[in-house]
Amino acid sequence: MSLAKDNPALTSSVLYLDGVCVSFDGYKALRGLSLTLEPGEMRAIIGPNGAGKTTMMDVITGKTRPDEGEIYFNGLHDLTKLDEPSIAELGIGRKFQKPTVFESHTVEDNILLALKAPRSAFATLFGAAPADERERIDRILETTRLKDHRARMAADLSHGQKQWLEIGMLLAQDPKLLLVDEPVAGMTDAETAQTAELLREIAKDHSVVVVEHDMTFVRDLGVKVTVLHEGAVLAEGPLDVVSADPRVIEVYLGR
Amino acid sequence: MQLDLQGKAPFLDARSRIFLAVLAGAATLVPILFLATPASSFLHMPAYLVALFGKYLCFALLALSLDLVWGYCGILSLGHGAFFSLGGYAMGMYLMRQIGTRGVYANPILPDFMVFLNWKELPMTWWGFSSFSYAMLMVLLVPGILAFCFGWFAFRSRVTGVYLSIITQAMTYALLLAFFRNDMGFGGNNGLTDFKDLLGFNVQADGMRAALFSISAIALGIGYLIARAVVTSKFGKVLIAIRDAESRTRFIGYRVETYKVVVFTLSAMMAGVAGALYVPQVGIINPSEFSPANSIEAVIWVAVGGRGTLVGAALGAVLVNFAKTWFTGALPEFWLFALGLLFILVTLFLPKGIVGTMSGLTIWPRRKPPQARPQPTPAE
Repeated sequence: MSLAKDNPALTSSVLYLDGVCVSFDGYKALRGLSLTLEPGEMRAIIGPNGAGKTTMMDVITGKTRPDEGEIYFNGLHDLTKLDEPSIAELGIGRKFQKPTVFESHTVEDNILLALKAPRSAFATLFGAAPADERERIDRILETTRLKDHRARMAADLSHGQKQWLEIGMLLAQDPKLLLVDEPVAGMTDAETAQTAELLREIAKDHSVVVVEHDMTFVRDLGVKVTVLHEGAVLAEGPLDVVSADPRVIEVYLGR
Repeated sequence: MQLDLQGKAPFLDARSRIFLAVLAGAATLVPILFLATPASSFLHMPAYLVALFGKYLCFALLALSLDLVWGYCGILSLGHGAFFSLGGYAMGMYLMRQIGTRGVYANPILPDFMVFLNWKELPMTWWGFSSFSYAMLMVLLVPGILAFCFGWFAFRSRVTGVYLSIITQAMTYALLLAFFRNDMGFGGNNGLTDFKDLLGFNVQADGMRAALFSISAIALGIGYLIARAVVTSKFGKVLIAIRDAESRTRFIGYRVETYKVVVFTLSAMMAGVAGALYVPQVGIINPSEFSPANSIEAVIWVAVGGRGTLVGAALGAVLVNFAKTWFTGALPEFWLFALGLLFILVTLFLPKGIVGTMSGLTIWPRRKPPQARPQPTPAE
């Protein structure tokens, strides 16, 4: 809280991480990670296995509490003090590495559950569906190319379609910030290209953080890249500059 | 089950209508066959059957309440018998207070066992139980408050799966031990029995038996309608989402623990009503109703009938108890083996239970094969 007041520049960033440390049984997953994300920015995070990419997602979304450091959303909300549902309510959506959709619900119901609406037990039990609900669902199914699959069980979708459904669920939440973990893992080349296009489309009016291994995909996105290594930022900048950095080359190729 | 174009299951689908029609038929026909036919008639239904079927209906309501939390929200409670028994005790306490001076010791206030223990006054826990409406309120509140407190701590601490099942089991076992103690003031080992009147009518009378049967059928019908309204609402969709991918549900902003506490409390109150209707029909409530084996048996009823189908849970309760009645008459020593075998066979060959398998075309709520169960999100 104090930080945002002391330093007005911070209030302009959507996401602000400073000196974040997390350790699990003595293993330091994050060691002083600092990162800022501007409104409307899309950022790609790369790094070798164990660099702390997923742990970073976990601390931002409230799944893991950091041992040290500060995390602010929109310069106002201290995310280290909130739990997952509160953080989701603030407008941070997350897509997991492994597609996790609600398998025994239809595609449409998956979107319906994610759709921005009151989340309380009372509202879902007694509340009436908003009038534009169907229209909003249609729009998202259109964007994610799942319109023809709306009545299918999510369990019956192909891997790529599940990834897209999950991105659709993120859109339905209408978050201010999207965290997307390895969106193209296991996708075909064509699907990968379409996903890059979809994310660029989304980034027009959302801030997005994408964690990805696939360099071709990161190149397709054409955005600023942050390289993580051993729980801290190793390099930051356009992909071409970063990939020419000798330290990055050493981390990726030297071992 | 039919799906309409929106992919939504209608509130009263064909299966619901058949189920409710059967219940309505039973609620009217059984009293007629019992009261209005001469004892010599081929159609006459003997009193013991009315009580027996009434008991089955109470078990069906218990199974329904269990299916609501287990089948739809994935909370495998192995302690639902505790809520059933607490509802039963609340009813039993009312019935004890109605005995009045007709007890062995003819004490107008204290039930016999208290006189026997040389107690001088009614403990606070018994205050108000001479009033029927107060007792009925307790039938709902006592199991409800216990479930709320238990759920509040367990679900907020994110106790799930086997661990949750074990602590529900521990809860009912702790209550079993507590109710066995004489100084708890609930009749100890012997429990509460020797009931006389319910609302001024003799509990043993034919008319009362018939009425209790019909009320049990109606209670089951109302319980079904409530459960059905819950599972077809958006709330119900969230429950299924929690069952399938709990942490995902949290990340899209639902307070999973609140949903669990709400459904667990509702379910416990339904179980309490089942217990309250059970007690006057069997004429006794004692601590053995809290025994963990009873709660586990209820889980078997639901598994046999079909988890996550509501109707299946009720059907399973009636069928398994019918088999139990027959077995304990014909081959009493083999009942537990038969029950164990039944559970194994159902798990192996009818994993969706009877109703789940019969409606092979059921799309909603569809239950996926166990190997397709989505795992919680992997951490790096």
